[in-house]
Amino acid sequence: MTTTDLKRRNRRTAITALTVMGCMVGLSFAFVPLYTLICQVTGLGGTPQISNGEERTLSTEEITVRFDANVDRRLAWSFEPVEKSITLKLGETGIASYTATNESYEPITGISTFNVTPLKAAQYFTKIECFCFTEQTLEPGQTVDMPVTFYVDPALLEDELAEEVRTITLSYTFYRTLDDVEDDETDTISTRETKPILKLSAAALGGS
Amino acid sequence: MYTTATHAHDDHHAPTGIKRWLYSTNHKDIGTMYLIFAVVAGLVGGGLSLLIRMELGEPGVQVFNELSESPKQFYNVVVTAHALLMVFFVVMPALIGGFGNWMVPMMIGAPDMAFPRMNNISFWLMPPALILLILSSVMGQGAGTGWTLYPPLSGLAGQPDMSVDFAILALHVAGASSILGATNFITTILNMRAPGMTMHKMPLFVWATLITAILLLLAMPVLAGALTMLLADRNFGTAFFDPRGGGDPLLWQHLFWFFGHPEVYIMILPAFGIVSHIVSTFSRKPVFGYLGMAYAMASIGVVGFAVWAHHMYTVGMGVNYRAYFVAVTMAIAVPTGVKIFSWIATMWGGSIQFKTPMLWAIGFIFLFTVGGVTGVVLANAGMDVAMHDTYYVVAHFHYVLSLGAIFGIFAGFYYWFDKMTGKSYPEWAGQLHFYTTFIGVNVLFFPQHFLGLAGMPRRYIDYPDIFAEWNLVSTYGAYISVASSVFFLIATVIVMTSGKKSVANPWGEGATTLEWMVPSPAPFHTFEEQPDLTSGNPVAQPAE
Repeated sequence: MTTTDLKRRNRRTAITALTVMGCMVGLSFAFVPLYTLICQVTGLGGTPQISNGEERTLSTEEITVRFDANVDRRLAWSFEPVEKSITLKLGETGIASYTATNESYEPITGISTFNVTPLKAAQYFTKIECFCFTEQTLEPGQTVDMPVTFYVDPALLEDELAEEVRTITLSYTFYRTLDDVEDDETDTISTRETKPILKLSAAALGGS
Repeated sequence: MYTTATHAHDDHHAPTGIKRWLYSTNHKDIGTMYLIFAVVAGLVGGGLSLLIRMELGEPGVQVFNELSESPKQFYNVVVTAHALLMVFFVVMPALIGGFGNWMVPMMIGAPDMAFPRMNNISFWLMPPALILLILSSVMGQGAGTGWTLYPPLSGLAGQPDMSVDFAILALHVAGASSILGATNFITTILNMRAPGMTMHKMPLFVWATLITAILLLLAMPVLAGALTMLLADRNFGTAFFDPRGGGDPLLWQHLFWFFGHPEVYIMILPAFGIVSHIVSTFSRKPVFGYLGMAYAMASIGVVGFAVWAHHMYTVGMGVNYRAYFVAVTMAIAVPTGVKIFSWIATMWGGSIQFKTPMLWAIGFIFLFTVGGVTGVVLANAGMDVAMHDTYYVVAHFHYVLSLGAIFGIFAGFYYWFDKMTGKSYPEWAGQLHFYTTFIGVNVLFFPQHFLGLAGMPRRYIDYPDIFAEWNLVSTYGAYISVASSVFFLIATVIVMTSGKKSVANPWGEGATTLEWMVPSPAPFHTFEEQPDLTSGNPVAQPAE
């Protein structure tokens, strides 16, 4: 093999290798929307389903749904479920309600994340309507009711890994939206000043 | 000095002084620089681990009170810096950049790497990366995130100042260096082998380097992508990992471990290659099951990409996902077992010499097996829920890395010392280093299994009194290991300055790879005319 042949082959191999690298970088970013999609489709991490209006059957089996509420410490809201739990038939439409109050002196926009435990029941927990689909803005002191309508799919009974589930917990955590934080210059986390970590002793700096 | 040697008659000239190193395009010089770099980073990283063990020698906060106003944060900073140094600035530069650069071109009969100038930038990206990493631990409050950099701790909410940004940039630069190096190795190995050296006749260290380079090329960009997202979250208002903007902190863990698990094989595969050569050389037998050894490494590499979530059993995955990750993780024990048993079969019936490199190699096999067994224990999702983030995990990964990869590095160091320096290392010094290190690291890490089983969690500066005894034993182990390392440094400097001259092949008939064909120390340029292997290996003795 001549030197120019080898150079050409080397260049081709290197370009292939660097293309593979580029594809992997692309893949890591492509994984971001893909991950959200996987969670929605499979219920991974306790992501509940969203109803698209399909037919469902009604079962005689009953199930208890408990309601949990959390607020991020940087959001000055109170946020609680109206009733702690309800019991309903599988396939029956349930309506639950949360109340939220803005306890600060300024309007704040919040958004909630949600999940369902046990995680394996998430793919059978279907939301028809939920306040968590959109951002919520509360005026100072304002209290609102936040309803959620849902049903638990009777297909749960046919899943051998999840058929024994008779209590499902629906949990929400409210955060202040990032856009809202950015508009508010008094928010503490936008300060990036901290104390230095090392004790530079006077002796080390040439003192006595 | 071989730099001024025999090549004055052709157009090659060997530059001298600082130009020789700064502008170097020579694979041996770059390999030497990588090795020295790894030693320097190893001293810093080892010093930090000594600080950690001194602090943990007894309950309460003693040592770190002297160093910092916020000792607990600083403890986390030191743990983080120790981990990142050892992974990215010691093990990888030594095994891949150091031994890979030195030996791969010689082993395949090539004159140099495919892209010598790219090789130069690969190395010279490392010192700036190291500086960035050091800055990350001394600027502001320091990056106390652990090497895994999980958000929200690594986000603005957890560590608001610039230190984590420095750590991210350090990894970006080191990652760029690794990717360029990997491209270089892949091209060199695929295109520049001597005539007659088919893929299935390549020495196992070359196989190991090739597979490692491919893993780097596939895994490192994912880390780069994830780090870019984290940097953007911290500085440019994105929300990849922030639920307030629709992100998910768990996404980081998936991306990180998709890189992180192959990364542990990146650190160990070259050591596998080195150990194969040493076991074969000192048993004076060809390696048992050559093809099985090569393809075991390849399958470890492939399956390594499908097991990442076994680091995340406690995040709330469904039972089906956990069952899958348990099964695939356990499956990796099969090719690993193939390797362990092939090494033993290579020794079986061989005419074994227990010279220093062989001791390190056998030490590697034993300790890696111990680490592998605890790995199989931790692979079980049910067990892991109890052991997660305890010292049992710390003991496990130090047995495979600190006692596995590092033993592999020392094995390679003593095996190729004569070839690299032209001096012969006195047996007594090498053996004393081996035995003291072996005792030291076992005293250091074995008790951590007990601490972990008793429930002592990782990443804390303090612990309840009930854990005091084994922690004290562990700290004594650290002192023994440090003493052993100091002895090693002094002995190596003495041997390199005033050691006995060595010969081209100090290990005799068992050493059959091409690097033993050239004189020791290896001349500045080797194999400018490629050796012809079509009619058999010119170094190998006739079989039987």
